[in-house]
Amino acid sequence: MKITVAALTEPGSTVVNKTGGWRTFVPVVNHRRCIKCSLCEIYCPEGCIHQIDGLFVPDLDYCKGCGVCAHECPRKAIEMVLEEK
Amino acid sequence: MKMIAKEELSLKERMARMRVVEGSYAVAHAVKCCSPDVISAYPITPQTHIVEHLSQFVADGELDSEFLTVDSEFSAMSSLVGASAAGARCYSSTTSQGLALMWEVLYNAAGMRLPIVMTVANRALSAPLNIWNDHQDSVGARDSGWIQLYAEDVQEAADAIPQAYKIAEDPEIRTPVMVCMDGFILTHVYEPVELLSVEEVERFLPPYRPEHILDPENPKTFGAFADPSYFTELRYMQWDAHRRALNKIETVAREFAEEFGRWYGGLIDTYRADDAEVMIVTMGSVIGTIKDCIDVMRSEGMKVGLVKIRSYRPFPTEALRKALKDAEVVAVIEKDVTVGNEGALLTDLKAALYNTPTRIPVIGFPAGLGGRDITVRDIRRVVDRAIAARDRGIEAEMEFLSLREDLL
Amino acid sequence: MEKLLAPGHRACAGCAMPTVINLVLEAAGPNTIVATPTGCSEVTTTPYPESAWRVPWINSLFENAAAVASGIESALKHFGKNHNVFVIAGDGSTLDIGMGCISGMFDRGHNVKYVCYDNEAYMNTGVQRSSSTPPCTSTTTTPSGKVSFGNPRPKKDMPAIAVAHRVPYVATASVAYPVDLRRKVRRAISIPGPAYIQVNAPCITGWSFEAGTTVEIARLAVETCLWPLYEYVNGELAGVKKIHVKRPVEDYLKAQGRYRHLFRMKGGEEMIRVLQQLADENARKFGLLYEGDVACTSGE
Repeated sequence: MKITVAALTEPGSTVVNKTGGWRTFVPVVNHRRCIKCSLCEIYCPEGCIHQIDGLFVPDLDYCKGCGVCAHECPRKAIEMVLEEK
Repeated sequence: MKMIAKEELSLKERMARMRVVEGSYAVAHAVKCCSPDVISAYPITPQTHIVEHLSQFVADGELDSEFLTVDSEFSAMSSLVGASAAGARCYSSTTSQGLALMWEVLYNAAGMRLPIVMTVANRALSAPLNIWNDHQDSVGARDSGWIQLYAEDVQEAADAIPQAYKIAEDPEIRTPVMVCMDGFILTHVYEPVELLSVEEVERFLPPYRPEHILDPENPKTFGAFADPSYFTELRYMQWDAHRRALNKIETVAREFAEEFGRWYGGLIDTYRADDAEVMIVTMGSVIGTIKDCIDVMRSEGMKVGLVKIRSYRPFPTEALRKALKDAEVVAVIEKDVTVGNEGALLTDLKAALYNTPTRIPVIGFPAGLGGRDITVRDIRRVVDRAIAARDRGIEAEMEFLSLREDLL
Repeated sequence: MEKLLAPGHRACAGCAMPTVINLVLEAAGPNTIVATPTGCSEVTTTPYPESAWRVPWINSLFENAAAVASGIESALKHFGKNHNVFVIAGDGSTLDIGMGCISGMFDRGHNVKYVCYDNEAYMNTGVQRSSSTPPCTSTTTTPSGKVSFGNPRPKKDMPAIAVAHRVPYVATASVAYPVDLRRKVRRAISIPGPAYIQVNAPCITGWSFEAGTTVEIARLAVETCLWPLYEYVNGELAGVKKIHVKRPVEDYLKAQGRYRHLFRMKGGEEMIRVLQQLADENARKFGLLYEGDVACTSGE
C-alpha cells in the first residue's frame, strides 16, 4: 500500500477490520420465533444483521456481541450465548 | 519592481493601463480576476478594505462568488476547508489576531493539502494591542505548512494573487499560500497600479480541477486520522511539496513575467548585489526605503546590496547561499522577534549558511515593531553595525533597531 | 441492504452512536455529504487508511464542523449541485466548543442539517462533563464525592438556542425511536435552510449500564420525560411524542452507574426529587401526557 496525499480514504474500507474477535457472547437466533419486525437489524450498532433468504442473520465477522439485538427483540427470539472459541 | 519589456505591450500602453488605486483595491481586483468560487472573511483592521471591495464586486455582479460573512476568522478558514474540499477555488484575507485565531485551521488546511489563497495584511500581535504593521503574525505561522510570499509593493501584492493560485493548485504542490503585504503601508496606500483583467488571468492561470472532491459519486473520506505508522509520511509529503514549490515559485514568477511583463524575483530578488560587501537581507515594504538608501550609500562609495526574501516558506536556502557567498557581512532587518531568542529570519538565515564554506558575520535587527517607522537613519545604522562586525568582530548578534533607551 | 456506515468501525460494543448515524443516513440517502468534528464518531470510523463511511465525509477539527459544512454548502450552491449536507457531531463539539461556528451557520441560513448525537459528556476523552451533562451526573470532572452529587449545573438547552436563531426546523429524537428519528431527518431535509436535531445516544462506557440495554436506557429517558421528543417548525412547537405511561425518574437513574451515588448518598433522595421535577416540568411544558393519564408511581 502506498500512502495517499492528504490521507484520502476509500469508502467503507473498515470492512477489512473484523470486529467479531471482540465478542464474548454470541447471538443465536431462533428463526421460528422471529416475526421479522427487523428491530434487531435497525438497532445493531455494527449494522451487521442482514436479512438473508427472509431470515435475520448476524454477520459474525463483525458482531461485537453487545446484546442489543437480543434485548430489543420483542419475541425474545435471540439469545446471547457464551461463545466457545 | 523591474520591468521586463513585453513586445506587444509598450511602456506607453502600460502607462495608459495604470490607475491610482488603494492597495486593498488592487489586491481585491486581482482576486476578482482569479474568479474564486467561495470567499470567506471576517473584518479586522487593516484587512477590511480588501474584503469590502470584494463584497462590492459581488454586489455589483462583477464577481460571481459565494461571499460568506462569517462569525470569526476561525470560521472563515474552516468554511474554506469545506469549500475547497468540495472543489471550490477559495480566498480569504486576514491579519494579526485574526490569523492567530485561525491558527488551528492553518495547519489543518495545509495538512489536508487544500490550495486556499489568503492575503495577510501584516500587523503586530497583542499585547499590547497594536493595529500597525509588523510581521509577527505571519512569521509566527511559518511552520503551519503554508507557502508564504512577501510583497514589496502594492503591484506585487496584487500580482502575487494569480501566482499564488497557480502555485497552490498545481497537482504537485497542493499547498495553501499566504500572500503577505504590510498592513496600512501597502493596504491603505494609493499607488499607480496596472490592474489585471479576467481574460489575461485566465490565460495565465488554469481552472481549478482537483482530482478528488467531496462527491457522492465517488465518496472519499477526507481527514482520516493517522496513527504513528502513517503520520510521519504524511508530514514528509507536505515537506516534499514545499521542496517542489522552490522550483514552482521560480517557474510561475517567470511565466507571470512573460505574460504580464512584471518581475519581482522568484524565491528571492537582489538589488545592487553583484559586488556588494555588506548585504542587507529583509522582506516586505521596507525594501523600498532600503533601495533608496543603498543608492545614496553607493554614491558615497559604500558597497551595499540587498537580498529580498520573496518566499519565506519554503525557505530559499540554496538561493540565499548563492546570493550571499561573496558578501563580507550580512545584516538582517526583520519586523518580528522571537521573545526568548532572536529574529526568526536571522535564525533561519544563519542556519542556511552554517554548513557552507561561507563564514561571514551575520547580525540581525528586529525593526519596525508595532508600526514604528524604519528610517534612512536606521538603515545607515544597520550598515555601520555590519561594517563594524566585519572589521572588529560581532559585538551583538542582535539589536533592537531604534530602541528608545529613554523610555527604559 | 448495505448500511452507509460500514461495519468494522471501532465504536464500543453497544454504542448508540453508529445506530444513530445509520438511521440518519438511511433517511438522508447516499446523496449526502457529511462533516464530522473530532470525537468518538470520528476516531472510531476513520483510522487511516480505513473509513467506515460510504458517503463523502470530512473531518477538519473539533469545533468547526458547522463552518466546514457552510463552506461545502456554499461551494455546492455555487456549482449548482444538489446534495444534502449534514453535520453529525457529539454534544461536546456542539454545545461547547463549536457554539460559535454553529451560531454562524444558523445565522447565515445555510442549508445544512446538523445532527447532534448527545451522549451527555466528553466520552472520547474519558467521560468529562460537557454543558450537555444533566445535573447530578457523575463524570470524571464532576465526580460524585463526599460533598458532591456530581454535575451541579443544568443541561444547556441547545434546541432552544437553535430556535432562537430562527432555525426553521428543530427537533429532539432518540435512538430508541428509529421511525420517529428517520421521519424527522426527512422532514429536516424537506424544509430549506438549517436544521438542528439532537438525538439521545446512550454511551455504555460513560453511563455504565448493563450490556444490551442501550436502547432500553434511551427509551426510559423518553418515558420518564427526562428526554422529551418534540419538533419546532418555524419557531412553533409542531409536535411531541406523547407518553402513555410516565415512568418515575428512578427507573432511568438506577439503571446507570453515573447516578449510582444518588441511591447511596445521604441526601440523594432530594437530588432525585429535583430530577423528577425536571421531568415533570418537561411533561407540562411540552404536553407529553395524554389527558387523564396518570404518572406511574411504582418502579415497574
